[in-house]
Amino acid sequence: MSDAFLRKPFESLERQHMAVSFGMWVFLVSEILLFAGLFAGYSIYRGLYPHGFLAAGRETDIVYGTVNTAILMTSSLTIAVAGRAARADFGRMAWRLLVVTFVLGLSFLILKGFEYREDIGKHLLPGPDFPLAQPGAQIFFSYYWIMTGVHAVHVTCGLIALLRLIAISRKNFAWLSGSASEDATALYWHLVDIIWIVLYPLLYLVGRSHG
Amino acid sequence: MDERARKREIWFRPVLVWVALCALLATTCTLSYVPLGGFSLPVALCIAALKGALVGAIFMRLFENNALNRLAAAAGPIWVFVMFLLMGADYFTR
Repeated sequence: MSDAFLRKPFESLERQHMAVSFGMWVFLVSEILLFAGLFAGYSIYRGLYPHGFLAAGRETDIVYGTVNTAILMTSSLTIAVAGRAARADFGRMAWRLLVVTFVLGLSFLILKGFEYREDIGKHLLPGPDFPLAQPGAQIFFSYYWIMTGVHAVHVTCGLIALLRLIAISRKNFAWLSGSASEDATALYWHLVDIIWIVLYPLLYLVGRSHG
Repeated sequence: MDERARKREIWFRPVLVWVALCALLATTCTLSYVPLGGFSLPVALCIAALKGALVGAIFMRLFENNALNRLAAAAGPIWVFVMFLLMGADYFTR
């Protein structure tokens, strides 16, 4: 690794990489707590309105939800292998896998857009036209829109970070293993995947076994 | 080790994890249609926790990471647990 990637105030690349990953983990924990607040609110309302949540949960599209889960998990695989490839000096392979990760992330957002269009078509936005009468059903969909919306913002931020990596390393593959940016972006992307893994059973698997 | 063997080694463990994640996704999706009563949500959340742990341990390299990062990562689930414990002590015992 070249010292060209060394930034102040660090005296060695090793310490710089350690600081970046530690700083990133601290940030990710703050992100976990942000979503935990939403999960807490969801749990309380689900406890207060179990029937409304079961009825509303059946209205989400499990096909979109499941396919999108598989897409995000696959993008986690490609970015994990990209990091390993970069560290093993397979820069071109790492760069290509980052492009695949970006395409998968973009596909996730596009599918989410189609799903939102379908939801809006079924009047599932809380308001006077909402089709379900059960108490709490509108609250479930308030959480659905807020949690998937905040998550989509995170995916968008991840895509911007990925695009930055792809653009900067296009003519300098060594930058991917040297600068620690790849490591930080990958950690963020994996967290976005983990958040979705938790959202999936809360929003898409609710009430499926009830008539 | 030649280049192909090194690339195979790079892919090997992450692909195993990805296969496990896909199997868990298929399991949780199928189980959601099985009437498990009050166990539906805990089972689905346990599977989600297992998937999250796999991503954290292998993809995010916590398994091979230094103690400082592991400690920072552990702070997340620990404080979430404390929050849910205190919240549950109020709302779910009324």
